[in-house]
Amino acid sequence: MTEPESPNPHKDFDSRLRAARDEQDKGKKSSKSKDDAAKSGSGLGLAFRITSDIVAALAVGVVIGVLLDRWLGTSPWLLIVFFIFGSAAGILNVFRTMEGYGYAAGYRKTGAPPKPGADDEANKRNKQ
Amino acid sequence: MAENGHQQHSPLEQFEIREIVPIHLGGLDISFTNSSLMMVIAVVLISVFLVMGIGRGATVPGRWQSAAELSYDFIAGLIRDTVGPGGRPYFPLVFSLFMFVLVGNLLGMLPYSFTFTSHIAVTFVLAAVVFILVTILGFVKHGLHFFTFFVPPGSPVYMWPLLIPIEIISYLSRPVSLSVRLFANMLAGHTLLKVIAGFIALLGVVGILPFALVVALTGLEILIAFLQAYVFAILTCLYINDALHLH
Repeated sequence: MTEPESPNPHKDFDSRLRAARDEQDKGKKSSKSKDDAAKSGSGLGLAFRITSDIVAALAVGVVIGVLLDRWLGTSPWLLIVFFIFGSAAGILNVFRTMEGYGYAAGYRKTGAPPKPGADDEANKRNKQ
Repeated sequence: MAENGHQQHSPLEQFEIREIVPIHLGGLDISFTNSSLMMVIAVVLISVFLVMGIGRGATVPGRWQSAAELSYDFIAGLIRDTVGPGGRPYFPLVFSLFMFVLVGNLLGMLPYSFTFTSHIAVTFVLAAVVFILVTILGFVKHGLHFFTFFVPPGSPVYMWPLLIPIEIISYLSRPVSLSVRLFANMLAGHTLLKVIAGFIALLGVVGILPFALVVALTGLEILIAFLQAYVFAILTCLYINDALHLH
């Protein structure tokens, strides 16, 4: 992403730069470790993230419940239902964070981009 | 505050929004406030930093250029790691968000300045922009297939009425969680600093203890300023990744 791919007279320099880059990449082969460090971060950061995840999901559930209630005139019932859904969503968020599904929704493990993308980049690098 | 009158500084006074140039258009209050002023300063600072850094474009970078390239490289690497090569078109978005939040957080660390990221109105708009963009991106890339996002794979059909609302709430909670995290961190940190700083004068000689704590907390706050900008950027990347590659 950073290398300027222009054909220039510094052929030798380019090849040396690429060799150095590859060496560097080998060093941080476990790019996961960086991600993990960010993920676990400090205990405080983790605590903050989990709290905000639970609270956010709960708040969204309650807001949906209240709005639907007001719209349909079914006063407390949809609020109760969506409060429970919101709690479940909050726990789901925490589960995903802790089980290594990352910050995001879905059931794919994050940390590594999906295989084809990773292969593309490797191929591109080899071709050069 | 009420019983003390106004002779004491409230720790929350720093978050007060003051009008600098009052503008009222129709029924709307779009005055230029101290918050707007800090945002303009942030944008100007970022522009100056990057334009000055890249302007020369030396092969062997100087200090300034190094710093600009470092920030570029940081986000570029982040996108490469989380989204993969397909994430390049979204670099400008992530980089702008990261720099804006980071500079906003850091500007707030200056005495007598204003932290615009400590207002949920600001952070929620930033998060909503990300959320709406990512949703549109998902629809553009996958069409109606995007809705399979809300169905956990391998779940039996009779569970769907229960699982789909939960998934949708989880999805909708993203911008809320993203914005609340940033705003709460900034608000809590700055309030804590002010509260503890208030003890220094009250305790007299023993005030050296809260003073030491304030020094330590200031360091922590600068760390949090970076960390929250980083978290904002990485979450944006992960959401883009989600929208690009559905399971």
